[in-house]
Amino acid sequence: MSLTDIASKKLLSSAGIPVPEGRLAKNAQDALLACQAIGASKYAVKAQIKAGGRGLAGGITFAETPSEVQTSTSAMLDQPLVTNQTAREGEIVTTVLIEEAMDLERSWYLALLLDSHSGQPMLVASKQGGVEFEQRARMGDADIRSLLLPGDGDPDRRELESFLGALDMEVEAVAPIVHSALKAFIKEDMTLIELNPFSQTRAGNWIAIDAKVALDPSAAFRHAGREAFDEAAAPEGPEQEAQKSNINFVKLDGNLGVVVNGAGLGLATNDMIIDAGGRPANFMDIRTTATSLDIARGVDLLLKDRSVRAILINVHGGGMTVCDTIAEGVSIAYAKSERKTPCIARLAGVNAEWGNRILSERGVPVELFEEPVSAVERALTVAGR
Amino acid sequence: MSIYVGEKTRVLVQGITGRAGTFYTDHAMRYGTTYVAGVRPGKGGDSHLGLPIFDDVQTAVQETGANASLVIVPAPNVADALIEAIEAKLEVVVCVTERVPQHDMARVKRALKDSKTVLIGPNSQGILTPDHCKIGVMPTQHAKPGAVGIVSRSASLTSEVLAQCSANGLGQSTTIGIGGDALHGIGFVDCLKRFKQDADTKAVVLIGEIGGDEEEQAAEYLSQQEYGKPVVALVVGRHAPRGRRMGHAGTLPGVGSPGAVEKINRLSSAGVLIADHPGEIPQRLLEVMNT
Repeated sequence: MSLTDIASKKLLSSAGIPVPEGRLAKNAQDALLACQAIGASKYAVKAQIKAGGRGLAGGITFAETPSEVQTSTSAMLDQPLVTNQTAREGEIVTTVLIEEAMDLERSWYLALLLDSHSGQPMLVASKQGGVEFEQRARMGDADIRSLLLPGDGDPDRRELESFLGALDMEVEAVAPIVHSALKAFIKEDMTLIELNPFSQTRAGNWIAIDAKVALDPSAAFRHAGREAFDEAAAPEGPEQEAQKSNINFVKLDGNLGVVVNGAGLGLATNDMIIDAGGRPANFMDIRTTATSLDIARGVDLLLKDRSVRAILINVHGGGMTVCDTIAEGVSIAYAKSERKTPCIARLAGVNAEWGNRILSERGVPVELFEEPVSAVERALTVAGR
Repeated sequence: MSIYVGEKTRVLVQGITGRAGTFYTDHAMRYGTTYVAGVRPGKGGDSHLGLPIFDDVQTAVQETGANASLVIVPAPNVADALIEAIEAKLEVVVCVTERVPQHDMARVKRALKDSKTVLIGPNSQGILTPDHCKIGVMPTQHAKPGAVGIVSRSASLTSEVLAQCSANGLGQSTTIGIGGDALHGIGFVDCLKRFKQDADTKAVVLIGEIGGDEEEQAAEYLSQQEYGKPVVALVVGRHAPRGRRMGHAGTLPGVGSPGAVEKINRLSSAGVLIADHPGEIPQRLLEVMNT
């Protein structure tokens, strides 16, 4: 779960990591008040979205005066921001962050994540910090270095100092920041801290100009009140709604709704659809903990969606999610819905026969198939390619 | 035969008294697997499903000679349960629980460092040797004994592939789910090494997906040697939009998360046969196993 800029900075700031002073604004009037509170000679206006890549996509602008800040704020608000990490329609900007803009001497990339092999926190750094870092990294064109840190206790002082020194960082200033970040990383169950750019200002101070923190949703049980923490977060969409019903859901921009159990089978189904020239409207992974009512809510998201022309069910009933539970869920959703979107189903595995019977006997406009390739083919014909 | 488990495997269950623990233990015992004990702190001395219950793993091992564990406890208790199993020196530990906090698994990984315990999972369907040994939650109705080894990151896809293999007369030696989480126990390479040594495994199927680096490591391992057995791979998520989380954890946005296509290219260069969808796996296997 990635936090927005402001929420990330709040968490990091309370852990002792220096960040610029900033205020949120949801309209031009807020923006003016923010400028008065900050009282800087230059400002940055930053769109608050969850996806990365906003710097290159026009999601950060600079302004000299409060009235320029107001103009930039109005221009950004209520508009979609499309970056290389958002869906094609982008994310609607509902809030901007107004910060003091600083004159920077040099910028680095600095991140903490968990190394999946050793189970140790890993410090990742590069001298080439800034908006273009991610593109460079993807092209294999960035000098990225890493250092494993202990999972319990303090990092080895000499090792850390020589690591930071080799990156031309001022060791006395940066080592304590790394210490603070490591403590927060573990205590708050973070899966990522990314400071980019992490900069030295002309005045000689070290500061995280932009920050991204990801929290582990699986650890939410030991951090009460976390849901409400991110005040700048986008309003709930179908993805969050589905999540509450034990369904992993990602909205895509096609016309064929898909109902699948399991992440692997979900990815495989979408690959098959796209290979055959179709366009899935979503990715779905019904978790093993989902009940038939949960599944009904997931299917309802597709029935409500006007762009969905047909629904493909590709299910392999396993030890935990049996076919009849899924068929139950589908039939409940159809019974409640006005729309009778054509349904193409292929059920296999545990209780497949029973599931097929439920679908055909309870008024679901269904065509049944025995194997996925022909089901996908038929679904594309019905939905239109 | 099989890898990791066999006739000498004696299983204890951590979390046996829960609803899921009861259901899957019962199923596995009916399947013919040797289950010998359950562990539930505070319930030592009781019995459940005809098995003795112990307060801790160490005692259960001493009393029953258990050498493997099925861990099916709630996510907040997984790290402690796994570390207890590792400290009791169990040979194989299978964890099916999903949504285990990553920092908890980091602690488990560090505990595994100097141990010989083989950890399968978490968020795994488990390990199955058809008709002999089931430690996990997978369906068994389509499983048939045979010569194909399957190692996978996805439970649902494994069921799908297994059913299609069996329907084409291709039985399985052992199927293993290494789990869908970023931090997990054994990986593709560990399983490939075991399958290589297993005389009864004639071909191996790898089922991978976007995120992580299991496929890259398998490709590197296979390219360094003459593996001696055909390997067929399916890597799903070729068309998944980058930087968006699709179900499983394990993908970091930003710092170059490898796409499925890149994984497929590396496996292909290492001599692995590629299937584009689950239905192609039996075809690929039949092509190479008949020649």
